[in-house]
Amino acid sequence: MATAVTTDPMLPHPYLVQSVSKETADTFTLKLAPEEKSNGSSFRPGQFSMLWVFGVGELPISISGNPAEHKHLTYTVRSVGQATNALVTQRVGAGVGVRGPYGTGWPVDAARGRDVIIVAGGIGLAPLRPVIYEVLHHREDFGRLVVLYGARSPHDLLYRQELAAWARQRETQVLVTVDYGGMSWRGHVGVVTTLFKYARLKPAQSVAMVCGPEIMMRFVARELISHGLSRNDVYLSMERNMKCAVGFCGHCQYGPHFICKDGPVFPYTQMRPLLEKYEL
Amino acid sequence: METLERIIAEHEFFAGLESYYTGLLVGCGANVRFHPGTYIFKEGEEANEFYLIRSGKVALELFAPQHKPIVVETLSDGDILGWSWLLPPYLWKFHAHVVEDTRAIALDGKCLRAKCEQNHDLGYEVLKRFAQIMERRLEATRMQLLDVYALR
Repeated sequence: MATAVTTDPMLPHPYLVQSVSKETADTFTLKLAPEEKSNGSSFRPGQFSMLWVFGVGELPISISGNPAEHKHLTYTVRSVGQATNALVTQRVGAGVGVRGPYGTGWPVDAARGRDVIIVAGGIGLAPLRPVIYEVLHHREDFGRLVVLYGARSPHDLLYRQELAAWARQRETQVLVTVDYGGMSWRGHVGVVTTLFKYARLKPAQSVAMVCGPEIMMRFVARELISHGLSRNDVYLSMERNMKCAVGFCGHCQYGPHFICKDGPVFPYTQMRPLLEKYEL
Repeated sequence: METLERIIAEHEFFAGLESYYTGLLVGCGANVRFHPGTYIFKEGEEANEFYLIRSGKVALELFAPQHKPIVVETLSDGDILGWSWLLPPYLWKFHAHVVEDTRAIALDGKCLRAKCEQNHDLGYEVLKRFAQIMERRLEATRMQLLDVYALR
């Protein structure tokens, strides 16, 4: 499955920037195509790549594109520092090094035949978008799709047109909320956990996949369980400072786990004791 | 056609309430409808009712001088609107601005307060239910204040 992995896991593959599109004031989606045509770009939803901006640094970025699309890899990046800013300001045709894809990915196969609940906060929708594509692409393999998405403000919502398009799909419910609405926003205002009361859930037959700030995920996991989901059916995507991405360096160690190698997606049952530890 | 009694009895907020108490609530209730753009109540006005929203959307707004009002929360199908009727000084703390055509059951807070004073069992049942709503909204407000999407 992993196509860009070479015998030397630290060696990036050359990719070219195919397009850069602005999602919000500080968030951009980049499409990268392999420079060598023989290199495909397969990945599993939830996996990430290490993107090397030459002369600046290397970054772990989740893949946010469609797993059925093999000609390029798509990443949604929030510009928050020197390296991410350098990445999102790359021109079309510029070279970027890509290592990966890495990580475990979302339990898409385990979700077949069941309802899928996606809960995302902020840029956390990016690593979950491939799951949504996968469910909609193989619609008959899954039950209902429920997407609950929260962002800071209407200006911070990712993929607005796609959210509207997903909401029109059969057996799909998409609920969006923002923390601060402003007067032109006619949608829901409140944190993402307030959406649960409007979601049509069948907890016993559902698998939940959650990605967002850790505080949000902690509250969302509790909410899901209070609605009757089994702890074993809740999955979280964790984030830590990743360097090597293959479990050598230990930068991303989280308790007994390496986020890069054992995650970034983990069952809630594994993460729960760690999420409640101070300063971990 | 659904009766007021059935709507109240089947509402999640009043789940588990004895039918005798539901009957008392029905005596304080009425069907109401609000059009988009109107206000159900405004900050500072006397709070004499609360609402079970059956359908629609209402924005709770806070007035900020020299700014447009700030929407702090939206309420929709199945939500309870208003608890200022329950505690002194019985004045609304926010504007309730109707965003979408809204149908609701309005419950007369003054009438219910009097019934709760007379019957403390009913008062306890009502307070327990409002305390749960307050607890959930307090938690949500704390998360909102944390501005979690800005944290790194």
